[in-house]
Amino acid sequence: MPLMPVVLWTDALLYLLLALLGGFAWHAARHEHLRAPWRRVARSRIGVVTLVVLGCYLLVAVLDSVHLRLRLADQSGATSAETRYSPEVLSLLDLALAGLRSQSEKTYSAPFATHLYVKEAIELPDGRVLRDYPRLVHGGAHLDDPAARGLDILWRGLLGALLGLALWGAILFALSAALARRRGITPALMRARIKAGRTEVPWRAALLTLASILALGGAVALLAGHYHVLGTDKVGEDVLYQALKSVRTGLLIGTLTTLVMLPAALLLGIMAGYFRGWVDDLIQYLYTTLNAIPGVLLIAAAVLMLQVYMSNHAEDFASLVERADLRLLFLCLILGVTSWTGLCRLLRGETLKLRESDYVQAASALGVGHFTIIGRHILPNVMHIVLITLVLDFSGLVLAEAVLSYVNIGVDPTMNSWGNMINGARLELAREPVVWWSLSAAFVFMFTLVLAANLFADVVRDAFDPRLRGAA
Amino acid sequence: MSAYILRRLLYAIPILIGVNLLTFVLFFVVNSPDDMARMHLGEKRVTAEAVAAWKADHGYDRPMLYNAEAEGLGRLTETIFFDKSVRLFVFDFGSSDDGRDIGRDIAQRMWPSLAIALPVLLVGLAFNISYALFIVFFRATYVDLASVVLLVTMMSISGLFYIIGGQFLLGKLFQLVPISGYDSGLAGLKFLVLPVIVGVIGGIGAGTRWYRTLFLEEIGRDYVRTARAKGLGERLVLFRHVLRNALIPILTGVVVVLPLLFMGSLITESFFAIPGLGSYTIDAISNQDFAIVRSMVFLGAVLYILGLILTDISYTLADPRVRLQ
Amino acid sequence: MSAPLLEVEGLSTTIGAARVVDDLRLELARGETFALLGESGCGKSMTALSLMRLLPPAGRIESGAVRLDGVDLLRLSEAEMRRVRGARLAMIFQEPQTSLNPVMRIGAQIAEAVRLHAGAAAAAVDARVLELLHAVGIPDPERRAREYPHQLSGGMKQRVMIAMALAGDPELLIADEPTTALDVTIQAQVLGLLKTLQQQSGLAVLLITHDLGVVAETAERLAVMYAGEIVETATTAAFFAAPAHPYSRMLLDSLPTADKRGARLAAIPGRVPPLDRAFTGCRFVERCPRALARCAEQLPPWHEAGAGHWVRCHLWDADQVDAATVAAPAVAEGEQAPAGEDAAPLLEVADLKVHFPIHRGVLRRVVGQVRAVDGVSLQLRPGRTLALVGESGCGKTTAGKALLQLIAPTAGSIRYQGHELAGLGHRRMRRFRKDLQIIFQDPHASMNPRMLVGDVIGEGLQALGLARTRPERLRRAAELLELVGMPGAAVERYPHEFSGGQRQRICIARALAVDPRVIVCDEPTSALDVSVQAQILNLLKDLQARLGLSYLFITHDLSVVAYLAHEVAVMYLGRVVERGRVDEILERPRHPYTRALLSAVPVADPRAERRTLRLEGDMPSPSAPPPGCHFHPRCPEARPECALAYPEGRAVSATHRVHCLLVEAGR
Repeated sequence: MPLMPVVLWTDALLYLLLALLGGFAWHAARHEHLRAPWRRVARSRIGVVTLVVLGCYLLVAVLDSVHLRLRLADQSGATSAETRYSPEVLSLLDLALAGLRSQSEKTYSAPFATHLYVKEAIELPDGRVLRDYPRLVHGGAHLDDPAARGLDILWRGLLGALLGLALWGAILFALSAALARRRGITPALMRARIKAGRTEVPWRAALLTLASILALGGAVALLAGHYHVLGTDKVGEDVLYQALKSVRTGLLIGTLTTLVMLPAALLLGIMAGYFRGWVDDLIQYLYTTLNAIPGVLLIAAAVLMLQVYMSNHAEDFASLVERADLRLLFLCLILGVTSWTGLCRLLRGETLKLRESDYVQAASALGVGHFTIIGRHILPNVMHIVLITLVLDFSGLVLAEAVLSYVNIGVDPTMNSWGNMINGARLELAREPVVWWSLSAAFVFMFTLVLAANLFADVVRDAFDPRLRGAA
Repeated sequence: MSAYILRRLLYAIPILIGVNLLTFVLFFVVNSPDDMARMHLGEKRVTAEAVAAWKADHGYDRPMLYNAEAEGLGRLTETIFFDKSVRLFVFDFGSSDDGRDIGRDIAQRMWPSLAIALPVLLVGLAFNISYALFIVFFRATYVDLASVVLLVTMMSISGLFYIIGGQFLLGKLFQLVPISGYDSGLAGLKFLVLPVIVGVIGGIGAGTRWYRTLFLEEIGRDYVRTARAKGLGERLVLFRHVLRNALIPILTGVVVVLPLLFMGSLITESFFAIPGLGSYTIDAISNQDFAIVRSMVFLGAVLYILGLILTDISYTLADPRVRLQ
Repeated sequence: MSAPLLEVEGLSTTIGAARVVDDLRLELARGETFALLGESGCGKSMTALSLMRLLPPAGRIESGAVRLDGVDLLRLSEAEMRRVRGARLAMIFQEPQTSLNPVMRIGAQIAEAVRLHAGAAAAAVDARVLELLHAVGIPDPERRAREYPHQLSGGMKQRVMIAMALAGDPELLIADEPTTALDVTIQAQVLGLLKTLQQQSGLAVLLITHDLGVVAETAERLAVMYAGEIVETATTAAFFAAPAHPYSRMLLDSLPTADKRGARLAAIPGRVPPLDRAFTGCRFVERCPRALARCAEQLPPWHEAGAGHWVRCHLWDADQVDAATVAAPAVAEGEQAPAGEDAAPLLEVADLKVHFPIHRGVLRRVVGQVRAVDGVSLQLRPGRTLALVGESGCGKTTAGKALLQLIAPTAGSIRYQGHELAGLGHRRMRRFRKDLQIIFQDPHASMNPRMLVGDVIGEGLQALGLARTRPERLRRAAELLELVGMPGAAVERYPHEFSGGQRQRICIARALAVDPRVIVCDEPTSALDVSVQAQILNLLKDLQARLGLSYLFITHDLSVVAYLAHEVAVMYLGRVVERGRVDEILERPRHPYTRALLSAVPVADPRAERRTLRLEGDMPSPSAPPPGCHFHPRCPEARPECALAYPEGRAVSATHRVHCLLVEAGR
């Protein structure tokens, strides 16, 4: 085997989450009352546009969650039955971005620069030493004359965009053919409909978004081979690579946190509301106590403890990646502990209402047991609250990661994350001239994700909240 | 009502015990006093005697939760847990690991925190309510749509960028105000401007959006229709009827955070180098000073419970329908 | 005849895609009471809101004219319209609970209206507020003006709404279902008040209601609305004497009354068509038993059926000779319920009490009890219907739920076939669950929206182990649906796909699934329109005849009682004040409360002579019932000794017992 797969804890949980999503989708497709709200989401223009954007982020995160170790190239002792693998754990994304990962410079360089951002002593061939901006090792290295940079960038950018659009065209044809087959019309007619915007699902908006993303992505992909599109940071690492690697961190914090707190919130919230009495008192006491501790402090304390524990038990961790991964998982856990109370309280309130509803009373009158009532009548009727909370919390958690990492109680400093990028770059604004690209890159990547998530959350809430639906 | 408040205060005791127990477990069980001593003494000087001496110095030489050697109640009281948490209940925070008096530090540092947090709250509240009313007055028009887009956009920007952007624009580019720092009295005013502006702007997105939703919810109610049926104009309907009703959730939402204002904001204070409780906490976290962190956790819990009680009281004052019992 | 006060012409209103009011025309004279009659969803409330120009955001007036004293309100600017609202044209709404601002004092809310239209000085405003409160019959106006809405009862709130509407001395008052949310005795008070005010001030009233009885008692003229348009308009006397439209005819026939006992009610099949489509012919054609071929194609023209009596129906076309006999009451004889009068009681309730503790103080000690049910004794015989009658808050629903152990009773015994049910735990109660079932009031809330109809019905079969496999349950469910008059294919659909009446049928099927002996019917028809109510009552009656069911029928509606019940128990403030056979209670009521209740029910016959026995005040709180007879503070015949002790039950006949000092035993 040329490689050995490595499954990190967070990878496993992400796979679980995807499996759950898939299972839910399969289940929802069979039940009209579950399908109907999603149909409302799919028919909203903002809904599909944000879905396309979020889908791209998810794709990056998933690629970055398939980890493996390569077989070491030199297998000199061919007789040994044991193949040796590189200690370095890589993801599929790392392999795809191998160029970016390895092409590091000495220190700062601006986007598309051909020269370093700081002067260095350069030894000229004639032996004189000159203080000047040296050429970059990789960025624009293919150019004989750095002045011809503009045309080169334009040309490569256009070519990349065209390649991206070509891919988009292929997708368009495949999609319209598939849609046309289902409707029993010709693909050309389907395309005309999409173009005119006369489809129930606003395909036109979705495809236009995809077109811009693919064109941009194509251009960047082609350019990134020869330039540092977003510059390099203090140690010369490519900023674009960092920003892309951070996608996984942001997405995992936003989703896994909810995933790990969900069982507790569901179980306790519903139990408190359904059984009332001392069960309710106990659960209320529990979440009031947890709520009373300022969230940041609880996280800080927990992460501090973890740090101490990890430094005292360094031998338990096989590699830096695994250690960083466990810290990420732990951060999700502790964020979950601080955030489950809100959902728990919502669920308790809703359950209190539902247990008095006529259909629960009717079920009691029919002799249905408590746990069947909870499973059959309460749980399905509170799931919309869970879903709404899930999507509403997502963007808040992504933002929280940045703040926590900034205070050094976030993800591991060795892990790529937007918070760490900001943290590393915040002093650069004080430099003369300003180093702005790391911050800007983190800002753009984060902002796009959070904005899409916020807009999507609004669409989902409108589609699922029965109260809002009655008003519309 | 006094009976109600008394009951809530009594209820606070088990909660605070719970908070203490939790922090205790977090601090001492995961990370034993021996580990702490080792960390504080540094790698080189770790000897069994040094560890024991450090523990005795800092009061960590007793059993943690249960003292089997003591008699009677002493089994529970002569422990680290009892020792460390009972003092907190009388607000005796003890001294930090580097020997400073935490109580005095807190008393000193809460005022700068308040000097930032209170103006942010008040200015933000005034601005957000006015803006939300403005949007609602023009509801279902392009003003509404554009505002909502703006608000969602503002919401999607991390608070860190507001701070960085504010410092860069106002402090560095235009040099209107100092980038960071603090001074007491009037001289400190110029240091407060930037953090307050940044704090207010950072809160507009979520705040105004929430208030807009509240106002819209009220506008759909039957009594608003009654007011219109009387012949009331749109402005009177908004100000006399809608605002009055929507203010109830808004005000109680504010009251609940009032006590916590003392705690300051971690990020703002550390960015602007304000010597408040927020930066105090941050420093403690990065220095791994558990005594301070534990004190702040306790203080935060007390203030949170206070906020809950104040919220209930403010409900009875603002809403004639609510009676506490 | 002088020019009409209000003239509406060609009014069309849309909400989204639905045309909820279509080409509406009506006229109203000064001082007249005109009723707009229709079932839910016919567009009558939207008509009222169109007149006020207070439509919800999605609503739009498409065309038409609304002339008040010759001025077209639809042509006014919004600022001009505001001067009309409240001043010349006032409106009161259905829900007094939500129609008052909860955080403003009553006085301030009325003063706001006074100031707006009278422009009086501050002192005069206060005096005017008190005058208005006094005029609408609110006792102790000074105190009430300083109170908040939640401190007032529903009837009081509606009076405040009326006072507010009167503040600007309007010429026309639009009353949108003003008494629907109120109890009958309170309804009688409010309707009486409206009538008095009208006589005093020459106010014209546009009364919007679904209640034929209210129309018969208050209106001079009326119009019947169906699916967004008016189908008939007439004087009240002419209408009730000979309704001209088949829909009107069937509406009247579907009212349950005592003389229709033993017969089936005329029920209108189907449901009101959705209004978001274009109509070519008559809108009633799909439900009309006498539809002609042309009805589906041509819009029926207006015909004059008598002086001032207009109808929009093809049956009145010149070539239809039998016009006058439009839809004569086609009532089929139903079979008589089996006699079970002498059988041993199936269910015997003795001194049932349900108290809810009130906690106060630091330690949450119990300081009092809400006596929701406070000593109720009942007997239900096999195959019979016992009606438990009372106004809201009297504890009748709580009593019904306590019977099934859905709420734990505080004291008393419930014996079913000799077995004591009170105090049985969840597990030991299970074997009786099969025999005792319940149907709820709101058919929209009583089914889990996420379950298929088949699973809803099959739930009991599964829980009690009567049918182990799902296919078996679905087969049973389909049979049960057929039994309640629905297609068996409905098992594969979701509850929200059905109308209110159909859902109530499904709920009945769910209760029937476990083959019960007793069904507690908790106001099963009060959320339904009259025509649908008739379907459900017919069904319940059929089922009783076929399956020998016993019903405990909880209701506030005495006309339903008259039609359906064999025995009646009247509840007031947690206790049964009078019980007996239905004829005894309805024809020879002995308790003053029963008599007041009976006389407060509006009768859908303007010729009926009525002794008005109007009750003052509201029902007291069950947490602090008055000493002695609970009813004595409101009783017109109360004596001093009534306040001393709760009266013992006295037997008037073998079956008739009354708790009243004024009644001599055995007489």
